[in-house]
Amino acid sequence: MVDYKQIGLLVIVAILIILPLAMFNGHGEADGYFGGSDDAAGEAITQMDASYTPWFESIWEPPSGEIQSLLFCLQTAIGAIIIGYIFGYWNGLRKTKIEK
Amino acid sequence: MHIMEGFLPPIWCLIWYIIAIPVVIYGIKQIKSLVDEYDEAKPLLALSGAFVFVLSSLKFPSVTGSCSHPCGNGLSTIFFGPAVTSVLCLIVLVFQAIILAHGGITTLGANLCSMGIIGPVAAWFIWKGLRKVKINFSIAVFITAFMADIVTYIVTSFQLALAFPQPTFISSLITFLGIFAVTQLPLAIAEGILTVVIINYVLKIKPDLLEKLHIINKDEVPTGDN
Repeated sequence: MVDYKQIGLLVIVAILIILPLAMFNGHGEADGYFGGSDDAAGEAITQMDASYTPWFESIWEPPSGEIQSLLFCLQTAIGAIIIGYIFGYWNGLRKTKIEK
Repeated sequence: MHIMEGFLPPIWCLIWYIIAIPVVIYGIKQIKSLVDEYDEAKPLLALSGAFVFVLSSLKFPSVTGSCSHPCGNGLSTIFFGPAVTSVLCLIVLVFQAIILAHGGITTLGANLCSMGIIGPVAAWFIWKGLRKVKINFSIAVFITAFMADIVTYIVTSFQLALAFPQPTFISSLITFLGIFAVTQLPLAIAEGILTVVIINYVLKIKPDLLEKLHIINKDEVPTGDN
């Protein structure tokens, strides 16, 4: 059975993500759009207190944006495979229970 | 909400660590007694941790024109409460600090306090309150997950404003709230909805487990027609 309520909710999420992309269409990182808010906070700190220098550096940094996106994908994949596995397992249990 | 490595003065790093450590220890104890008592809780625990993994890796664009990510901390708060959530968030934050240079080891305590402790604690109280007034289940889930997310970012703003009260604490707080909390509003709505979708599905395929763990009442167990 198709659950239209669930699909409807996911459509709203999709709209929430597409909306900013449509609003700022044509802009990019070069003119200050779609940057990360974490980095923006770092910049704000440097502006407020010009004398502040970070006292500790990351032990290791992904050497490029490509490598970083690889590692972010890894994080997503680990989470997604666990969710899919558990949902599949529970659903299988339920189906065999119903058939019995 | 990740405060970058080195971007908190050492004294603040220490303070947030001191607050976070006892909560994590308590959370680990809670997880142990939970899985001792209910072996079937393990998949639900894994599911909650995996949800944090997925959501905190997805950087969404927001209406302010910058990007940020949801936290996924609302789901495990609803299932297991804030202490267990702090342990699950710790795993994700360590992963991100070490292999993604996202957040940091020195700021781990502060980031854990926002995402794993104070956000979930606030959401936990809201969840308990909403359940008492018997509001619709999905709406209660949505509000709880929304609050867990947005409070996390508000706490981050406070943490930075406390550490950098220049020129004043209030002006600094407004700056950081502008960066974090406003950007986060649509994302918190998205996170609320995604949490509802996941919980609805768990409710459909595994209602007996949720009832056993006292997350839902007996009369809320859906009668299985599908």
